[in-house]
Amino acid sequence: MADSNVDRPRRRFLLTATSAAGGVAGIAFALQFVASMNPSARARAAGAPVEVDLSKVEPGMMVTVEWRGQPVWIVRRTREMIDSLTKLDAVVADPRSSMPMQPDYAKNEARSIKPEYLVLVGICTHLGCSPSQKLAPGAESGLGEDWPGGFFCPCHGSKFDLAGRVYKGVPAPANLKVPPYTYLSDTRLLIGEDSKGA
Amino acid sequence: MGKMTALLDWIDARFPLTATWRAHLSEYYAPKNFNFWYYFGSLAMLVLVMQIITGIFLTIHYKPDAAQAFASVEYIMRDVDWGWAIRYMHSTGASLFFVVVYLHMFRGLIYGSYRKPRELLWLLGVLIYLCLMAEAFFGYLLPWGQMSYWGAQVIVNLFAAIPFVGPDLAVWIRGDYVVSDATLNRFFAFHVIAVPLVLLGLVAAHLVALHEVGSNNPDGIEIKKKKDPKTGIPLDGIPFFPYYVVKDIFGVVVFLMVFSIIVFFAPEMGGYFLEHNNFVPADPLNTPTHIAPVWYFTPYYSILRAVPPLLGSQFPGVLAMGLAVMVFFFLPWLDRSAVKSIRYRGAVYKTALALFVMSFVVLGYLGTVPTNVWGQFGGWLGGAERATVVARIFTVIYFLFFVLMPWFTRIDQTKPEPERVTR
Repeated sequence: MADSNVDRPRRRFLLTATSAAGGVAGIAFALQFVASMNPSARARAAGAPVEVDLSKVEPGMMVTVEWRGQPVWIVRRTREMIDSLTKLDAVVADPRSSMPMQPDYAKNEARSIKPEYLVLVGICTHLGCSPSQKLAPGAESGLGEDWPGGFFCPCHGSKFDLAGRVYKGVPAPANLKVPPYTYLSDTRLLIGEDSKGA
Repeated sequence: MGKMTALLDWIDARFPLTATWRAHLSEYYAPKNFNFWYYFGSLAMLVLVMQIITGIFLTIHYKPDAAQAFASVEYIMRDVDWGWAIRYMHSTGASLFFVVVYLHMFRGLIYGSYRKPRELLWLLGVLIYLCLMAEAFFGYLLPWGQMSYWGAQVIVNLFAAIPFVGPDLAVWIRGDYVVSDATLNRFFAFHVIAVPLVLLGLVAAHLVALHEVGSNNPDGIEIKKKKDPKTGIPLDGIPFFPYYVVKDIFGVVVFLMVFSIIVFFAPEMGGYFLEHNNFVPADPLNTPTHIAPVWYFTPYYSILRAVPPLLGSQFPGVLAMGLAVMVFFFLPWLDRSAVKSIRYRGAVYKTALALFVMSFVVLGYLGTVPTNVWGQFGGWLGGAERATVVARIFTVIYFLFFVLMPWFTRIDQTKPEPERVTR
């Protein structure tokens, strides 16, 4: 081969420049496919707030509504349920709700605006199962005689109390999430919006 | 020259047909001492072909739409002629694919088939295994039953546990804030086209790598070291065609008998192949009281459950689960034994392997049942669940098998390998 009249530095420069330009174009080309997998505009718009009528919820009962495709629980707690919470401070992992799993107005003993009504996203903070309600205390829950009432995740065995606080030594790392919500009146609740936003 | 020979010559001048046939079949020399364990490679190929064929016919009737998916599967089962058979062949094939692949991998373990010069062959195999897991996971969402839905929810949330990028990554994978129609539609695309294409490419590369280095055998010695000086053919080799083709056809017949018995008499396999809860349509507001993945994922699922959260994050469990699969990649470099085959290894390795297999089986069993299955220990153990403690012990054994391998394979008292293959 008559290699003598090949300009090697020029050839190397052209090769590098072409590869770099091609690489940048390739990445730009790939990004649109990556972006296409994000939630679509329709999915992003589907998160409208949900209104709940509380007048038919008896004390000790729970209702489930759907908000952004997730179950949201509203538990009307009895006096005994609310009183039982402080006794559990020693066995739950985050008794003071120091992790940001709730709006500031629900960062209190009962993790709610009004202690009577508990509002939670019913999705386990471990891997997203929906825990079962085991509101009544005692052995019929299947969780032993001394079960004080709360929620139990069937997937990996996480336990939560009646304020959605996670027990120590279970797979879930954090308390159940409290969604943003506000009272429209004494018996009407709006889930998905803070009062400051309304 | 006959007409057929002339045609073959015409083709061979344009495409290496005869050369390919010779290189991969009639003149591919495999060790003459293959035994029972050598059926599972060809059986895996058979199942792959069956899954592709039955899969194509399922897509003809299936609808990847959250509102219609569950009903379309029931439609296939009830209204499509022979639809039930095609669907059960596909679901049974999925489970048996893993049976065959696990036995194939175990063969590699006992005879040291991952050792030099077969490291790349092994790596390609592990990649195939990963692809297969992805394929099974994506496919499991498609019937849109309760287990489909909550299984996908749990697995996608594994990615959400990755620090910093996790939550955004999970949303990107789902294409929505929860598992939804968008998720189903893309999983369908992954299951029927994206992953199968990669899988086929990897299987082709696996075979090319195998035929380059030659098959290992139960003695773990290289037959290429003793060749006939005149022909250059390994003295202990026999041509794959016809000898091993005939042997593998026998394996295929037995396998298809087992396969048919399952398809016709026990397609759900007592809830292990098709879980009972998956006959209930997906309900995003209600998790079934006991959820477990299909049996072939349960060892890893046990490991996930066994690792406690650390610093308010479940990432350690997710990491352990990922490592439990990824650790297979390192096997060729962890084994420092002088011999490959279990036939010439000593008691130390045999004990370690037995413990590893035991931990895989026990973890697999525990993954199918709730963590409170064996109740709780008494007071001094703080009321810890027995099953969780056992899962933790076996998780440690599982990882110790790999971590201690460089050490225990070196101190193991091995026997000398023979010059030629034995039986």
